[in-house]
Amino acid sequence: MAELIMIIVSAVFIKNFVVVQFLGICPFLGVSKDFRSALGMGLAVTFVMTLTCLITYPIYTYILVPLKIEFIEIIVFIFIIASIVQMIEMALKRFSPTLYNAMGIYLPLITTNCAVLGVAELVIDTVQIADLIGITAAQMNMGFAVLYGLFAGLGFTFVIVIMSGLREKIARTPVSKHLKGFPISMITACFIAMAFYVFMLI
Amino acid sequence: MKNIKKIALDGVVTSNPVLKLVLGTCPTLALTTLAMNGIGMGLAVTFVLICSNVLVSLLRKVIPSQVRIPAFILIIATFVTILRLLLDKLLPDLYASLGLYLPLIVVNCIILARAEGFASKNPILYSALDGLFMGIGFTFALTLMGAFRELLGAGAIFGVILWDFKIEFFSSSAGAFFTFGLFIAVFSLMESLIAKKKKINDYAKLCKLKESASVEEINAKLKGDK
Repeated sequence: MAELIMIIVSAVFIKNFVVVQFLGICPFLGVSKDFRSALGMGLAVTFVMTLTCLITYPIYTYILVPLKIEFIEIIVFIFIIASIVQMIEMALKRFSPTLYNAMGIYLPLITTNCAVLGVAELVIDTVQIADLIGITAAQMNMGFAVLYGLFAGLGFTFVIVIMSGLREKIARTPVSKHLKGFPISMITACFIAMAFYVFMLI
Repeated sequence: MKNIKKIALDGVVTSNPVLKLVLGTCPTLALTTLAMNGIGMGLAVTFVLICSNVLVSLLRKVIPSQVRIPAFILIIATFVTILRLLLDKLLPDLYASLGLYLPLIVVNCIILARAEGFASKNPILYSALDGLFMGIGFTFALTLMGAFRELLGAGAIFGVILWDFKIEFFSSSAGAFFTFGLFIAVFSLMESLIAKKKKINDYAKLCKLKESASVEEINAKLKGDK
């Protein structure tokens, strides 16, 4: 139970993927113009991140490490992520066309989202991840890895939804010509990051 | 020769990957706390960019266009793996400071964008040069931002401490967003000023005045002509 709370606090707030670790900045800026698409993107990323951890963690721990071929992890991971995204896309198209219409356009973007590859790389670094959630490296297991992936994804969703709300407001305010678009979004993100800075002081 | 000059200018200034195209935002934000990190990341990306551009250009007639994106990603991932093994052995300090962001070069949009947009359509030499100059442009932007943040956030430059005055904000993650926004705004401002200056110069030439003529002089000349 204590570990679960630690994972939530660490993954969502202290080590938030977007505003603290700068992972997944492209969708954070690209798909945060309105609330609905931001929520859709966030949930799609969360789903893929959870599934990625569920597959990459055992493959790394039980196949690559015993065979002593850990060094090809990047190639294996990117291959797995691309396959997961492709399979979700096909499954959605076949079984739930409504969900496919809502989420479909975000799915291809997720393959090259660094938050997904980032979480796969993060959960296999057992020393660092165990330190984050307050357990010893030997206690690290697949359950923690999947939970970390899930809550890191929810942290991403949380921030992208806040950002979409702020950007809807900013779109209606007068902004100087050179600050329009990307720079003002960055400055908005700067204020969100400042709010999250509080959690680092704890 | 003219082509090479254009590639060089494009990569470093007119379509600078960070300041103009706004690609590769994640490493830019994460690794500009210190100027040295900026150089390290920049050179790592340059290495992968040149290698992947050369290989993509070599194989551009072999790879079927339906599977080109997975093929490009596979090529990039291979070079990132090579780079990672090399850095781990040769430069362990740099390897540690790049940390998680080293494997993430695979999903850095600059590399895929150059493979898709340039190397898959151009001969090897040009592709290699494009990789080199895009890499230099990336390194330049990262180092500049790193130096700015290090100077204000830690009162130092390239690790040499200059004074005791520090604004912690610039070393924090909020400072990263702020600095990036500021740099893009200043770059766009400079670009529009240069474009304006060029327009005035063109008018001056049309009116057969000397190049440094001011707007008033041009107006006076135009009135006189009428």
